[in-house]
This record gives sequence, C-alpha cells and structure tokens, in this order.
Amino acid sequence: MINFEYSRTSSVKAALDVLAKNPGASFIAGGTNLVDLMKKGVATPQRLVDINNLPLKQISIDAKGLTIGALALNSDVAENEKVKKNYPLLVQAINAGASAQLRNMATIGGNIMQRTRCTYFYDTTLPCNKRKPGSGCGALKGYNRMHAIFGASDKCIAVQPSDMSVALAALDATVMVSSSKGERKIPFTDFHRLPGDIPEKDNNLQPGELITAIHVPVNSFNKNHYLKIRDRASYAFALVSVAVALKVNGNIIQSARLAMGGVAHKPWRLKQAEEMLTGSAIHDLSFAKLTDNIMQDAKTYEHNAFKIKLGKAAIAEAINKALQ
Amino acid sequence: MDKNYFFEDTITADEKRVDGVAKVTGAATFSAEHTIPGLTYAVFVCSTIARGTIKNMVLAKAKNAPGVIDIIYYLNCPVVPGYTSEIKEKNQRERVLNGLNVFADNIVYSNGQPIALVIADTWERAVYAASLVKVEYIEEKPETDFDNLMQKAEAPGWGGTYKRGDEDAYKKAEVMIENEYSIPAETHNPIEPHATVAVWEKNDKLVVYDKTQGPKSTQGDLALLFGLKRENIQVITEFVGGAFGCALRTWPHTPAACIAAKKIGRPVKLVLTREQMFTMVGYRPISWQKIGIGASRDGKLTGITHHAISNTSRYEQFSESIVDPSQNLHDCPNVNTSYKTLALDINTPIWMRGPGPATGCFALESALDELAYKLNMDPIELRLKNYAEVHPQNKLPWTSKHLKECYELGREKIGWHNRPSVPGTLKENGMLTGYGMGVGVFWAGRSSATARGTLYADGMFVLQSAISDMGPGTTTAMVSIAAEQMGLPPDKIRFELGNTDFPTGPTQGGSGSTTAVGTAVTLICEAMQVSLKEMAIESVPGFKNYKPEELDYKNGKVSAKTNSSTSISYTDIIKQSGKPELQVSKSTESFAQRDKYAMNSFSAHFVKLHVHPVTGVITLKKIVAVADCGRVISETTARSQMVGGAVGGIGMAMHEETLMDHHSGRYINANLADYHVPVNADIPAIDVLFVNKPDNIISPTGAKGIGEIALVGVAPAVANAVYNATGKRITRLPITPDKLI
Repeated sequence: MINFEYSRTSSVKAALDVLAKNPGASFIAGGTNLVDLMKKGVATPQRLVDINNLPLKQISIDAKGLTIGALALNSDVAENEKVKKNYPLLVQAINAGASAQLRNMATIGGNIMQRTRCTYFYDTTLPCNKRKPGSGCGALKGYNRMHAIFGASDKCIAVQPSDMSVALAALDATVMVSSSKGERKIPFTDFHRLPGDIPEKDNNLQPGELITAIHVPVNSFNKNHYLKIRDRASYAFALVSVAVALKVNGNIIQSARLAMGGVAHKPWRLKQAEEMLTGSAIHDLSFAKLTDNIMQDAKTYEHNAFKIKLGKAAIAEAINKALQ
Repeated sequence: MDKNYFFEDTITADEKRVDGVAKVTGAATFSAEHTIPGLTYAVFVCSTIARGTIKNMVLAKAKNAPGVIDIIYYLNCPVVPGYTSEIKEKNQRERVLNGLNVFADNIVYSNGQPIALVIADTWERAVYAASLVKVEYIEEKPETDFDNLMQKAEAPGWGGTYKRGDEDAYKKAEVMIENEYSIPAETHNPIEPHATVAVWEKNDKLVVYDKTQGPKSTQGDLALLFGLKRENIQVITEFVGGAFGCALRTWPHTPAACIAAKKIGRPVKLVLTREQMFTMVGYRPISWQKIGIGASRDGKLTGITHHAISNTSRYEQFSESIVDPSQNLHDCPNVNTSYKTLALDINTPIWMRGPGPATGCFALESALDELAYKLNMDPIELRLKNYAEVHPQNKLPWTSKHLKECYELGREKIGWHNRPSVPGTLKENGMLTGYGMGVGVFWAGRSSATARGTLYADGMFVLQSAISDMGPGTTTAMVSIAAEQMGLPPDKIRFELGNTDFPTGPTQGGSGSTTAVGTAVTLICEAMQVSLKEMAIESVPGFKNYKPEELDYKNGKVSAKTNSSTSISYTDIIKQSGKPELQVSKSTESFAQRDKYAMNSFSAHFVKLHVHPVTGVITLKKIVAVADCGRVISETTARSQMVGGAVGGIGMAMHEETLMDHHSGRYINANLADYHVPVNADIPAIDVLFVNKPDNIISPTGAKGIGEIALVGVAPAVANAVYNATGKRITRLPITPDKLI
C-alpha cells in the first residue's frame, strides 16, 4: 500500500503547524479532486491534514463586500440569498461547475485549488510535465481539443478547470492566505499562474500557506452573465466560458469586467476588452472588433482551433445575455 | 416541465418489473457480489504500450508485497488445453472464441491488454502489488489512427461486396447526392463492470459467477478452454447491470480468473475497472462510410452505392453488417455495397446495441434526408415513395411490416407540419428550430430455446431457462406471457434464469429473447393446459364424464363449459392427482421459414431540437420513438427499451466518442467524466408509440424484437433535425457545438 498519515485539526494555527513540520503533507477539505488524484497515483501526499473542522465556513456580506470562508461549500454559497442577490455572476459560475453532488462536497478554497483536467496529467503512463517535470507534454502533439489558446508554453498547454475562478477573476476578488509568517492577500488574477517553464506549479501559493477566505469587493454591476459552452448540458468542463459583469447607466456601459475560462492555465481576464467596452453605448457594440482584438494573441493546436470562433461567439452571446 | 411526457399514454397500472424492487433495494446479487469462503482477489497488470513484445517482467517487489498469493503471467501460466492448436481450430469452426489467449505469450496487441494477474488476500493489496510490477518492452510503433490508415483496409472473409442491378447507377440519376460519414469508437459502458468469481469445487468441476449475456455460451467456451465436459461447468448470472452487447462473448478476464483459481487452489474474484472496460470488452468499431444515392425527379430511387470500412484488431477479425440497410430498407432496383475491415493495434470491437444497422442507418438515413432536400420533397414522402412492400432483394413477403404506420404515428405526434421545408428558417425564442426523422431496422426472427415449467401444489408456477436478462426486462416479459396463457396473476409466477443447470436458452442479443424463450414458455403453458384437463378428468370426481374440449381453462381454474359450477383450481387438480407438482419442458426450434419470408423489426424516430444561432449549442426539445416490434408483450419494459434506446441514440449523435492518443495507442478518456454519455439535462421529453400489431409468423407470442430498433435511426434523426434547423449537414459524429459554428 501507499500508506499515508491522516490527522484532523480544528484551528488554523494547528493546521499551519502540522504543515510546517510535514513538507510532504496536503490539506484535504471536500476531497472531490485530491482523492481522485490519489487513487490514480497522480498525487501521493505523505500526510493528509483534514481541515474540515476549521472555523472557515462563514459567508458574510458587509459594506466592503462578500467574504467567503475557504471551507464554505460551493452549494452553500450558490444558495445563499444575499450572494444570489448581490453577486449573481458568482452564483451562475458556481452552478455551471461539476454536478450537484460534487458542489455539495466541494469547498470554495478547494475549488480554486483543483488541478487541470488534462487527460495526460491523469494517466501516469503518459508524458506530462505538470505531473512529472521533464517528461514532456503529451497534449502538445497529442489530443488537445480541450486545451489552452492563451498563455501556454511548450512545456504545458493545460487549462485551469474551475468555472467559479473565472467569475472571481472578473469580480476582482482577493484570496486571503495564512502561514506561520502571518497573513497575506493575493489578487485573484495573480493567484493562478501561467505554466512557463514550471507547469507543475498551478498557482502562486507558497509552501506552508493556507487559504482562509476569498473576498469579493462590493460592486455596482447591474448586468451579469456567466456563459459556459460545453459538450453536454451538465457535468462537463468548458470548451470555453465567459464571465461578464457590466455597470450600465442608461444606454452606456460605465464599467465592464470580462474573463474567459477553458482557454488558459488561469482565468483569462480581458482588460483591454473591458476598456473597449467602457463608455460604449449598448446598442452600438462592435463585437467583431472587440473579439478580433481579444483573439489576436490566441495560439491554437491541432484540435482546438475552433476555440477562436467559439470564443468570439461566446463573448458576444455572454454580453448580449448580460444586457437582456 | 414537459418531462411528464415520459410516461404519457397508456401504461398498464398493475404491470411491474418483477425484478424492480430487488434492483433498487440492493437485494439483487450481481456477479461481483457473490461471497465465497476463502475468496481471493485478482487484479490485472495491463500493457502500457500498444504494439510490441514483453522483454522482461520484474516481479520481485510485487511478489513480496503484503498479502500477495501469486502472480500469473506468460512464463508461469498453467497449460490451458484450449490454447492448443487442435482445439483452437475446432473452436473457430464452432464460434469465435477468445481471440486473445490471455497469458499465452509475450506479444502485446493493444494498449491496456492484460499481461499479468496479481492475486492477493484483499483487493486493495492486489491493486498495490499490481502497481509494483515493472514491465520492460520491445516497443514497436503502433498503428491506431483509423482516418490515416483507411487505405489499408481489406475485405473480410465473407460478405465483402454485394450487387443487384447496375453498379453505381446513382451516378446516372436525374438527381443524385454523395457524402462521407464517420463514426468514432463508442464504448458500451454499462453501469456494472464485468466481473468473474471462479470456484473450482473439484479438479474437474468449475463454478463461475460471471457477467454474461449468454450463460450457456460462456459455459461452452470454458468447457473448450479447460477441456471439460459442459456439465462439469456451472455458470451463474442472476442479474446483469446492463451490457448493450459487451457481454456477448467470453473475454479474457473470465478464463484468467479460472486459471488463477485453479493455480492457487482457492476461489478468485476478478472485477474490471472502468478503464479496463474500455480496453478489454469491446466497443462499437470506428467506421467510415460513403454513400451515393440517385433518384428520378419525382423521387423514385434508382441507385444506391454504399461503401463502408470499420476497424478490427490485429489479432482477430471482427465484422458487422453496416451496409445491409442500404440493400433492403428502401426499395431500389440498383444497389451495390462493399465492406472492408481495417486491422489496428487496438483491442477487438464487439457488437453494440443495433450493431451494423445503427452505423449504416446513420449514413443511409442522413443521405436520404439530403436527397429529399435536393428533390424538394418531404423526407417522409420520399420514404413512402420508395416503400419496400416486399423484401427488395429476394422479393419475399415480410412476416409483418408496419413501417407506414410508424411514419404516420410519429409525424402526427412530433408535429411534423411545423417543420420548415427550407432549413434555417424557423425560430422559436430566438433559437434555430429543426425537425428530423430517421428509420431504424433490425433483423427479427427466432432462435432455438428450451424452458421448463413447474406448477406446484402451493399454486406457484416456476419457469426456468438458462438465459440472462441484461436489463431489457426478459423476466417481466416471460411472466407476462405465462400469466396471460395460464390465467394466473403475475405474483404466482416466477421466471428463473441465469444458471446453466436450467434448460438451454439463447444468448441475449439481437433482440431475440422474447420471441425464442417466449415461444418455449407459450408451448409449456399450452401443454400445461392439456395436462391439467387430462388430470382433472382422470383424478377429480365430477370431471370424469367430460372430454378435454368440453372444458374451459381460465383464471387458474379448469371448468366445464356448459356447467360453470363444475370447476376446480389448478392446485387442487395437482393435489387430487396425488403428485407433488406438474412439470413440463419444451423446446422450440429456430424459425425455419427463411425461404418463405423476410423478417425485420422497424422503427421511426422523430426529433425536434433547438440550435443556438451563435454558440451552436443543441437543445433537444422532443423525441418521438415509434416501434413496429410486433405485439407488445410487456408495455412497461418495452417502453423502457424504447426510452433507453433513444437515450443511447442521443449519446451516439451528440456525445459518445472513445478518444485515442495515437502516439501511445492509448485511450485517453477511459472514464465516465471524460467519456460523455447523456445526462438527464440533455434528455428531452420522449414519447414512445407502438404500432402493436402481432407478427404471428415469427412466433406465437406475436412479438418481433425491440432492443435494437430502439436505437437504430435515432442518430440520423438528430443529424437531420440539426440540418433542418441550421442548414449544416454534420456527417462526423458526435455533433458537438464546435461543428455548428
């Protein structure tokens, strides 16, 4: 057997202490991804530190915004009346992910930590630089229909799979992190990273750090939509997805947030497009110009060239849907 | 919600699936669930290359792992008598037997091939030890890319080409179309994985709990493999959790478990993982087809040319009847077809629901739809214009054919009059809206079967036959037939199956169980009637002076026709006869009048769907499935078959695709997250309609068969509706959003 130790902790400090003493340890919360990875032999932590008893389940809203404890369940956030009312984009994105059963188990912190769904990453007999650095990227010249069109490297073309993360990137969220050195805040758009030469690193979390909460600032976006295009109606990862949040006053877009999923190793925030949208009249939007601009940096592979056209269509549709 | 259409129309309120409660409460025992004292657990080590030879296996670490009892591989595998050439030769004449002789040599034919078996005292320990086996290969470059290797396809041993009338007549037609179609490999993925529990009760007595669609067939295979008499092998398959064809033959894991149990002298359980369900138990083969159809301007077909290629493995020939529907589904004087197979370094395919016609009808029914637009003709009118009143090839009359009624019922129910004649012109709520239809066909007939019926003095009537019920509800249908024939309530009847000690029944496949076993059951019930009347006359006072024809037989009683007060229950007859029970066995031969009749079941499927004009996302709105399956024996289970087939057809049309990495020859979506089958949210309201007219020629049950026609024709109906909505003709399945933008 590949044995591992298991322990439970009930305070953040105790959890951090265990991690400090056991560099090969992993935190486990909902386990909806980690347990699969362990079964497949992709992850082999020496110790699991169960953090489900930590007091990090709160969902609170104040004048500054929404604070979600790292251990709040995806379904609890999506069903919270205040969140539904004030952060509809976030709710739509959470509900677009996985299945009801998984959302009932998965936590918010775990959601943003989930590993890529690249099939080469999951099959330990195939090459994958993310799983086994230096072994090569099987997807690069293999089957890559689901893979990245932005920000990939020749080491890795995997995509970040979380829908919720796309909405959080659009909504300028912040990840609150604790370690023995204290607390720090990571802007959500800096949380995940591009693969570059170290694709084994999904994000900028440092060793010994624990996500404690995610903060979403208060906003005045009155037009929101999360559009996910997938191969079946539920329980499928995005071919492409688009998060749109707009503040529309009269006919004018006063501010805009736009991010894409299923296209990069991180949620793909489209700041230049946001600037193009800002100040535009809603009846006078030039989607062709906007989406051409977005896609000019795209690089496709053998099986995913469709993502350019589908991505353009999805952006236009998401904005239209938000404006309805 | 319009989901309540699901069970619209009549449904017999008191008709229940007889095994329903056992299945939903967990009381049903599936093959892997049999616990035997001293049971051990076996786990396969599988190849990680697709082509080559095994140079060396390093077993030391695995052998020393806790709980490991033995590891079997090609160098230490005991002699399997059936692997020798003499018996192998004999086998091939009788049936297709284990194409892969597991552990016989060091050749690797496909990725995921079983190459060693680790047996341990627990499953977990076996899994771990299997992970410690290191294999060194001499690797060769695999050939797995069907699209790029098609030119290497060869005609199979039989049925390569067919011609009637002129060759390629379509090319000279007034109106003609030509197109190519591709369908990827589809993996059956029943919910229950294959499992074998092997127990050697004596050196020459084997009991096997095995997931199989044919217990007798598995028994025969094992008898040949292990050089035993059939009667020394008992195969038990009480329940099967779906199969769709992947349990139609004995795959290598079954002999592997038997080999292991014999070698270690203890019972062995071997359950395949979901990943191994992709690499060891077949799939619908990858296929390419090209069809050309020609017609006169008024829509009379003048020529059909249909070429097809599907893949097989490097180690055995697998073929199926893909082009047959083009030969005989619609009337056409000039037809030529060809069929070839392409050997790849992949495991062997196997029949999957609607095998052959499901593939062929996707091409044929799509092509007819394309032709209808070119003729500016309604697709149903085109089919009616070319309706085959007799079999187009041999001109024989059909045993029964009610396809016209299927068209009429379906046309009405789907609202065909709303279908736009110009594609892409109908919108509902901003969504492109389309209607499409496709025809399904499958061989109907009757194989041989034997059953035994025993009427006990306590009133229970027990029927037995060594068949299995993979899910269609054979048990329920047999109880339904017997209840009607005997005039007994269903709860007084039990149908027992899944045990080779019972009388021989057919393998469940090709929609043939109800006609074959149902006929045997009918004969038993008729014989029971004769015997009970005779017994009443012989043993019951008051009946002595009656002749059998003066007696009535209903509601569990024998009564005098002229005097209803002279009446006695079956059970009292048996009691008064002094016998403990009345037992009758009956056999039915396979249907013999093939020179007099043509036999098919038919279906017509109708689809209404929406396509998002910008993103290409398809939303199915409604499916109407109409069956000409002869008389409906059990409405509950027949309806379930049609609904299940429609869902399988949705999967074929829109979701299913077994993907391969051609560098490694390895499946890369061998799990149920990445291999998509429809989820509830994909499935619309499904209306099921039956013509329900008996076919009294094929069998006295009046039934023809339904399981295959439930799926055949669904995929082209979806593709045709997509064309009607968008003007885009998708010929490469599955139809995913990226193909519609």
